[in-house]
Amino acid sequence: MFREVYGQAVATLVRVFGDITLAEDAVQDAFVVASDRWLNDGIPPNPAGWIITTARNRAIDGLRRSARGRELDEQLGAVAGTSHGPGAEDWGEDEPVSDDQLRLIFTCCHPALRTEHQVALTLRLLGGLSVDEVARSFLVSESAMAKRLVRAKYKIKAAKIPYRVPAEADLPERLRSVLSVVYLIYNTGVDDPERASLRGEAVRLARALVELMPDEPEAAGLLALMLLSESRVPARTAESALVLLRDQDRTKWDRTMIEEGQAIVRACVRRDRPGPLQLQAAIQAVHCDADSFEATDWPQIVDLYDHLFSVMPTPVVALNRAIAVGETEGPGAALTALNAIAPDLDNYHLMHAARGTTLRRLGQRDAAKTAYERAARLAVTEADRRFLAQQIEELAGDDVQPDRRSASGGSHRSGR
Amino acid sequence: MSQYLLSTYAGDSKVRTPMTPEETQTFMERITALESEMKASGTFVFTGRLHDPDAATVVRSQDGDLVMTDGPFAESKEHIAGFYIINAGDLDAALAWAGKVVDAINHPIEVTPFFEMPGA
Repeated sequence: MFREVYGQAVATLVRVFGDITLAEDAVQDAFVVASDRWLNDGIPPNPAGWIITTARNRAIDGLRRSARGRELDEQLGAVAGTSHGPGAEDWGEDEPVSDDQLRLIFTCCHPALRTEHQVALTLRLLGGLSVDEVARSFLVSESAMAKRLVRAKYKIKAAKIPYRVPAEADLPERLRSVLSVVYLIYNTGVDDPERASLRGEAVRLARALVELMPDEPEAAGLLALMLLSESRVPARTAESALVLLRDQDRTKWDRTMIEEGQAIVRACVRRDRPGPLQLQAAIQAVHCDADSFEATDWPQIVDLYDHLFSVMPTPVVALNRAIAVGETEGPGAALTALNAIAPDLDNYHLMHAARGTTLRRLGQRDAAKTAYERAARLAVTEADRRFLAQQIEELAGDDVQPDRRSASGGSHRSGR
Repeated sequence: MSQYLLSTYAGDSKVRTPMTPEETQTFMERITALESEMKASGTFVFTGRLHDPDAATVVRSQDGDLVMTDGPFAESKEHIAGFYIINAGDLDAALAWAGKVVDAINHPIEVTPFFEMPGA
């Protein structure tokens, strides 16, 4: 609850004071008061409102004590009441305003801020993570993360990055930047037990965005994509090594998440305003629909990848499409497609892993080994490295006969 | 209302290909149109185009004496070639104007906020 209330309270106080640091300090103060008061009196019925009111009152008290604040107070006199009178306490309880959070996330994810600053600000201000928690998520020291946050907040204030939902004309592009920050937060938590909580945080942020912007199908698409990918987490690793989709125990998948994700995908299809995130969610929905790897509707997956590539023509999409083609047309066609994109993805471990698997299916053991080794050198997570080491080990025992199965062998790396 | 510096950088002047008279003509028309738009909307504060850093002189105080050195303060490949100072409500407004300058001059623009003087 702390994180959620923190995010709501900071967002509202940024609107009230127009200053992020002031808002954060006030909210922290209010939580100190709360830890004392709530212990005795119990948690109030509206904790966010309580925190916002207390934080606002304390911030105003603080401002009054400072010289700048006295000046401000004179200007605001009529609104804020007299310096020492009852004033602020009489305002009644404030309510968190959900639009405040929306405004703040657009500020945090403003394209004038570099990506790592966008991510850090979003986790800190909206996610309510402590500086130390954000630092650990990005494998940097607490002091380095504190500096990063200070720099980002300095730029917001100095350059006057606005605190508002962008105008209609700019909205699609600005929303893309917000959604990509949330998805980046999710992916940072993938395959790393230490950072697993980031995935939950990203899902929570996406839920908030869907609630705040119900007419934006890509926000719904992102939520569905993350839910469907999250549903398979229990089956994704065994003994700390990655388990491929084809080998996963599908009974371990989380049916509740799958149902929710698939319902969102169906709603997106009915809405018929497709975008990259909705298409990726649709692909995951097809995977989650199959009782076994063999029963997967691969032609539909290839179609969806074709559609995705038409709106997002990136080498990674082409890679995933090539892997799916391996299931519909066989490893030969997949290898041709992979070789075409190999130069663009030479530093991407999943491309080499996919080539390794495809070459193995074609019986080219030495080439497969070289590709797996290359992938292992480029792999970032321990789970990936363990998986690749297993593949190299298994190669030695492989039959030299090429794999003739056209639509059932190999692996599908995109559907993690 | 805040003020922002929109500056453009130029590299080594030797690699620049000179514009044809026609190109110069359309370039000047684009600039004139942009500046009248800036002036009409109360955005325009000041503009300037600078000579190459070869023309610069640095003045500094050394043991109580003023000493001059030929050349720019910082030796770098790029230098500020020209700038606008504009009024804008926030960064989004400033960036929108920067975009118009980029379209007019076909060159990247750096947007830097001016320090706001208290009480100003």
